[in-house]
Amino acid sequence: MASNQAPVKLVNESAVEFLTTEMVEAMIRTIKDDAIRLGTDKDPSLGSPNDGTGGPKDYSEGDEAMEAVYYKLEMIGFRVGERLIEKISKDRMRFSDNLDVVKFVCKEVWMFLFKKQVDNLKTNHRGVYVLQDNSFRWFTRMAHDQSSAESVKKVTPYLWFPCGILRGILSNLGIASVVVAETSSLPACTFQIKIAKTA
Amino acid sequence: MTKQYKTLGDDIWKNKVEKINAELFTLTYGSIVAQLVKDYEDFTEVNKQLEKMGYNIGTRLIEDFLARSGVGRCQDFRETAEMVSKVGFKMFLNITPAVTNISADGREFSLVLDENPLAECVELPDQALVDELWYSNILCGVLRGSLEMVQMQVDAFFVTDTLRGDDMTEIRVKLIRYLEEEVPAGED
Repeated sequence: MASNQAPVKLVNESAVEFLTTEMVEAMIRTIKDDAIRLGTDKDPSLGSPNDGTGGPKDYSEGDEAMEAVYYKLEMIGFRVGERLIEKISKDRMRFSDNLDVVKFVCKEVWMFLFKKQVDNLKTNHRGVYVLQDNSFRWFTRMAHDQSSAESVKKVTPYLWFPCGILRGILSNLGIASVVVAETSSLPACTFQIKIAKTA
Repeated sequence: MTKQYKTLGDDIWKNKVEKINAELFTLTYGSIVAQLVKDYEDFTEVNKQLEKMGYNIGTRLIEDFLARSGVGRCQDFRETAEMVSKVGFKMFLNITPAVTNISADGREFSLVLDENPLAECVELPDQALVDELWYSNILCGVLRGSLEMVQMQVDAFFVTDTLRGDDMTEIRVKLIRYLEEEVPAGED
């Protein structure tokens, strides 16, 4: 164990939440600004300029604007994950295999980010891992109507950042992966990690 | 007055706040700034976007602040300064910037930050130094947004930043005017 560690610096958890919530809206704004610059701002998926919500009305697969937002939020998360793992696992021995890494994510990483562990981990032992969190912390503090389809659509962009974090963590540990998240019944959500087969 | 705000701030931080490791906060902010730099390329625009983000946050954060602190209206802008530094910054970021350089008419003050969780272990690339990126500009927006919600229109801006090689990190806050209680939207 490291000796004489500097005291851990803390901030109010709501500072993180305010930041990540606004981050989603800011990325949507950058896409709108791009669209205005390129004259493509008639895209209805961006929402009308005067509706006050400043966000897309509806997220659906294949929607170009929201894909761009997805890309940005995921990348922001990726960079965070890459650097985060350096800080969390400073004192750790090397991981023995991928499952070991994923278990570390379910325990130590989840604790660090969400102050709890993953509730359930499933794997098909062929590179797919499903992490279930029954009470995703970043959702529990958002106002929402439990399982309405609208609520689910609204919170989906807020999952892209943590997906990126996970992918960044794995990447820095030498593991290439795809991470997607799904929520059908707030505040529960699942993260699915697909680890690329090595040669 | 200062002492009672300090006690209040300390008490709220200790007893009424859920805390989390600042690393997540620092890294997330850094990654956001990096993304904005990629998207806008122009650092003046990045400063603007950070300020705007801060403004939006400020308009929401004030409710959290008022609910947890239970404080009433400040008597004057000097008191506002103390409230912001001893209670506001303490409650959210666990830092207490010093209030300095209060103007004679009491309508301006500076906040000098001797630590800044947004900027821990951050180094600015040369171009950001040349082109005047104010890395922590989100804080200026938070000040502007939150104070606007309590009827003060202010201008907040960075004067110096240790990230840029300056001796200290100083935010200047100027009271433009007190706002009347809001009339429904649509009036201007």
